Amino acid sequence: MSPNSTAVDVAATARVRPARSLRLRLRSRSAVAVLMCLPLLALIGGLVAYPFFYSIYLSMLNKRETAFVGLANFAYLTTRETFWMVVRMSFLFTFLAVFWKAVLGFTLAVVINALPQRGQRVWRGISLIPWVMPLALSSLGWWWIYEPTHSALNWVLVVVGISPKPWLSDPFWAKFSVILVNIWYGTPFFMITYLAGLKSIPVELYESSAIDGASAPQRLRYITLPMLKNIIAVTMLFSTIVTLATFDIIRVLTRGGPRQTTHVFGTYAFELGIATGDVPLGAAVSLFMFPILAVSAFFILRGIRQSTA
Amino acid sequence: MIEGARWQRWLYFYCPLSVFVLGLLFPFYWMLVTTFRPDGELYRPWNRANYTPFWTTNPTLEHIYYLFRETLFSAWLWNTMFIAIVSTLISVFCGLLAGYALARLRFRLAGGLGTSIFVTYLVPPTLLFIPLADVIRTFRLADTPWALILTYPTFLIPFCTWLLMGYFKTIPRELEECARIDGASRIQAMLKIIFPIATPGILSAGIFAFTLSWNEFIYALVFINTPHQKTVPVGVVSELIRGDVFFWGPLMAGALLGSIPVAMIYSFFVEHYVAGLTGSVKG
Repeated sequence: MSPNSTAVDVAATARVRPARSLRLRLRSRSAVAVLMCLPLLALIGGLVAYPFFYSIYLSMLNKRETAFVGLANFAYLTTRETFWMVVRMSFLFTFLAVFWKAVLGFTLAVVINALPQRGQRVWRGISLIPWVMPLALSSLGWWWIYEPTHSALNWVLVVVGISPKPWLSDPFWAKFSVILVNIWYGTPFFMITYLAGLKSIPVELYESSAIDGASAPQRLRYITLPMLKNIIAVTMLFSTIVTLATFDIIRVLTRGGPRQTTHVFGTYAFELGIATGDVPLGAAVSLFMFPILAVSAFFILRGIRQSTA
Repeated sequence: MIEGARWQRWLYFYCPLSVFVLGLLFPFYWMLVTTFRPDGELYRPWNRANYTPFWTTNPTLEHIYYLFRETLFSAWLWNTMFIAIVSTLISVFCGLLAGYALARLRFRLAGGLGTSIFVTYLVPPTLLFIPLADVIRTFRLADTPWALILTYPTFLIPFCTWLLMGYFKTIPRELEECARIDGASRIQAMLKIIFPIATPGILSAGIFAFTLSWNEFIYALVFINTPHQKTVPVGVVSELIRGDVFFWGPLMAGALLGSIPVAMIYSFFVEHYVAGLTGSVKG
């Protein structure tokens, strides 16, 4: 018997089998399910998957998009000192920002979790505000805070006895400033997820360890941190993606300056692809983010599977 | 949870916490003071003796008048409102259908589809704005609100679907089964039993989607160039920064007033934001 004929046989028996209502219902149920997911699939396919592959194609064209040049754009970028500056800045930005957001977010979560139940909601609600507000607009507020001669920041520094700083016009301080704003913006997000994690740790663990005489730092080290290991890792990976893809803060505060020193992948891609019109080169810059995003996404998925399994 | 005397509680918890939270809120306070500060005070350098950074004795409304009379700010507000509401409605609708299907109807593609939605949720706009600009141009949508209404759901729908899927999973199956036994069709059970119970989840998804669309910056910056078609964040950032020096007042007024709709929704629905955030991460 050929495999083809068995398939036909099976199909035929299925058609004549009398008690088919269950099977039919199953079949219609998955049809309904696919139908319900159709708008979502169309949108993801048309405006996420297609643009992604189109972006790979675009990155292999010449500047006027008339000829296929293979990997020449990527090769060209690796010969440019500016590009390596962008790579270094992106990694520095992501690493420092994610690290400090995690540290401050964790501390804030532990402190808020230690407050009486009634106060917690209020503190949590207030602390989340920077994360909820439009980032481009709050970055404008920061821009004005960093203004060197009329703003309060340098005034405060002088009052406490520190010399005023050229916040956005010196490469070192400009990097410091944009990273600080990102930490300010992202810490509340870490606080909220860590606080939810802290709530999920059974109180009995703390009670029994207190009976055994564990001190507060010991409880933090041997109960809280191990119990939160997964959520800490997933949140940091998630934030790595979002932070690496930063755009608003740098576009508003420095536009990549002074002398291109604060560009990250997103703003540099914008500069090349939209502002100066070299679309293929801009697409290539964006795609350099992809490997890091893919690795982070892989570990996030694994982390989530582990915690739900 | 806190041990020790009252003064210790203040010293170790409330004081550092208050200082930190004041730091978190300071930029908004700074915008507020600047909005009502007259130009004469704004351009007083900090090394002047009469510099009063944290308050003003002659508050003025001139920056706000200027914003509404001389700029396109009110047009930007309407644009943003329209775009945010329509894209939110689209996203919540698609998210409801897909979330229900993924959570309730066991079908073969469910696992893979769930994963791919989550991966889509992780794709940042910075990766796609260049090819999307081309796609938008091809469909002649550039400079229209529809460019944003169609692209915002690319990150809103995965979020809404993921959130609602989690919510549907917490609703006991028995509720639906009872309705089915009593003669309701699957659609009826979905519309009359499950969706009403899921109202808090739907509200979370809706206010989150609205906030994300209101705050979105890069797509709005790339796809819209005509000044009167812009959204609030892009309009304020790109149109209010003028050549001369006297622009901080209107600029901060724009930043502050542009944040107020989000602030108001947030103040009413804080708990829904928190639920949405933690729900989406825990999966």
